[in-house]
Amino acid sequence: MRILVLVKRVPATGGRITLTDDGRAIDTRFLGFVVSPHEECAVEEAVRLIEANGGESVVMTLGPAEAADQLRDALAIGVDRAVLLETDGSDWDPLATATALTEAVRRLEDADGPFDLILVGNESADSGGFQVGIRLAVALDRPVVTGIKALEIRDGMATARRQVSGGFDIYELPLPAVVGVREGINLPRYPSVPGRLRAKKKEVETSTPDRPGNGGPVLDSLKLPVEQEAQAEILGSGPEAAPRVVEVMREIGVL
Amino acid sequence: MSAILVFVEMVDGVPDRLSAEALGFAGGVAKALGADLDAVIVGGDATAAAGLGGYGVGTVRLATSDRLSSYAPAAWGAAVAGVVAAGSYDAVIASASDTATEVLAHLAARTGQPMAANVTSAEPVAAGAWRITRQRWAGSLLEDATLDGQPRLLTVAPHVVPAMEPAAGAGPATVDRVDAAVTDSDLRARIVGRDVTAGDRVSLADAKVVVGGGRGMGSAEAFAMLDELAGVLGAAVGVSRVATSLGWRPHTQQIGQTGTRIAPDLYIACGISGAIQHIVGAKSAKRILVINTDPEAPIFKRATYAVVGDVHAVVPAITAEVRRVKGAG
Ligand SMILES: Cc1cc2nc3c(=O)[nH]c(=O)nc-3n(C[C@H](O)[C@H](O)[C@H](O)COP(=O)(O)OP(=O)(O)OC[C@H]3O[C@@H](n4cnc5c(N)ncnc54)[C@H](O)[C@@H]3O)c2cc1C
Ligand SMILES: Nc1ncnc2c1ncn2[C@@H]1O[C@H](COP(=O)(O)O)[C@@H](O)[C@H]1O
Repeated sequence: MRILVLVKRVPATGGRITLTDDGRAIDTRFLGFVVSPHEECAVEEAVRLIEANGGESVVMTLGPAEAADQLRDALAIGVDRAVLLETDGSDWDPLATATALTEAVRRLEDADGPFDLILVGNESADSGGFQVGIRLAVALDRPVVTGIKALEIRDGMATARRQVSGGFDIYELPLPAVVGVREGINLPRYPSVPGRLRAKKKEVETSTPDRPGNGGPVLDSLKLPVEQEAQAEILGSGPEAAPRVVEVMREIGVL
Repeated sequence: MSAILVFVEMVDGVPDRLSAEALGFAGGVAKALGADLDAVIVGGDATAAAGLGGYGVGTVRLATSDRLSSYAPAAWGAAVAGVVAAGSYDAVIASASDTATEVLAHLAARTGQPMAANVTSAEPVAAGAWRITRQRWAGSLLEDATLDGQPRLLTVAPHVVPAMEPAAGAGPATVDRVDAAVTDSDLRARIVGRDVTAGDRVSLADAKVVVGGGRGMGSAEAFAMLDELAGVLGAAVGVSRVATSLGWRPHTQQIGQTGTRIAPDLYIACGISGAIQHIVGAKSAKRILVINTDPEAPIFKRATYAVVGDVHAVVPAITAEVRRVKGAG
């Protein structure tokens, strides 16, 4: 079985977001980088499926040279190969992203055979376009389902569950297929030290895609939502605050 | 005459809540353009569809086919694409539900048009690009952008416009049945069944009081004290991503960008720092009570009430006090 996972490098913003002076990007000077939790789960799912069925897993990203770090995170937990489509780090719209990823998938498949499964996150953490996986699937003429919280592969079929109010809808789709997963589908492992060392030594297969024309939406500027910063009423410190806390609960009618 | 098409999901004969919001948003856009408002429903019955007249819809395109008995994302996309191709729409607007988003993305992929997800406002113009604002980071950040396309495709971010109430006395919408052209290939991915397991996610999303715990709880065992406090308050337990990543609690209890959105009267956040990805899931909470040892933690800026202290001492004291007060009452 061959599985491809797609991840996107994003800044790990903590308690607040700071923007660059031109207002077009997040100021990432003091930030670390990660991939979306959905994508972390997609990587873990790929590793588990290959552990169970044998075969090869490949992780791919379209992003700046530094995105090799996120690919190595995936290699560290057991993905076999890493592919970087290197950009200058500017924002690619979903259409352009999907076009470049589709071309890369075709190239990888021509060289080493088709992927039975392509796993993507339900949505990217930063731009949240909710579409790259579907665009890729349609371009490759493969079935796709998103929002998946449980996945089983058997006899060339994928059975996938999506959470809805009161339970799960069960989807079936024949392989090869594209599946968009949500965090909660599994609990990703932490990389081992040998895993990290192995990942460090592996090659990241790098190429530079042509940037297709802008499809849109075209980013103009970013802004923080207006939040009323509350001035918290301090009810006390330590356990002695309990009576005041309970008094407040009665005042606001939750007790 | 220009026209706007809105994709509507019906539940029990009326638009579901997010569709009612999308109808309100689309109605505003149509009015600004002096355009007609059409709706598209895939499957379903004509009588209910006519009821969309109360929501300002002139014509409902009811896309039907005996092959559309159970939801199949690509087939729904094909059905809507058929309606779009037969008309001349300035924009197609959908809610940001899982299904509506997926259907719109299929439409976008089929037609090669751009699509903007989670739009909070739009300045429609008859020709050329629209200036829009959309959510990034699940709403922790906003993006001003331009969106063009034939038609322009967008989903409406949840709960930024009120759900539309049907106008009493409005006439029924015209219902136009459209045969949806669905191919075998559109049906490859489809629903084959449902597993009814009432998880606790729903009660977390709907709970009036939520007791939340994060890394500051220190261990899986320490969550017993949150369960106990939740028990005496009739509250649901929610957690931060650290608590789920460490395996202390199941992901069904995670609050935030990649977890559940809560909207309680009171959210009691214990040992949680207040990362934007967590807070965005609690932004509809009416009040937040923070219990944290570090008065500099970002969550204090979002708190209504705060107790500075160690959760391991404060939480049991509150539980005991609630018990005492209840016993006395
Ligand atoms: C794309 C993306 C999506 C994410 N989605 C989510 C999400 O859905 N939900 C989510 O929660 N996070 C999410 N995160 C993670 C988020 O950024 C934070 O890492 C996480 O919320 C931190 O959890 P925490 O507050 O429990 O831990 P920490 O940030 O480590 O905070 C622990 C807090 O506990 C306090 N504390 C320590 N000891 C005690 C004590 N004894 N008593 C009282 N207080 C104490 C500390 O002062 C501190 O404030 C996401 C991150 C990314 C990048
Ligand atoms: N630049 C990228 N590189 C690799 N995969 C991506 C990229 N952008 C998006 N994806 C994948 O597509 C999913 C959906 O992205 P989006 O449509 O932006 O919400 C993400 O979770 C990723 O798995």
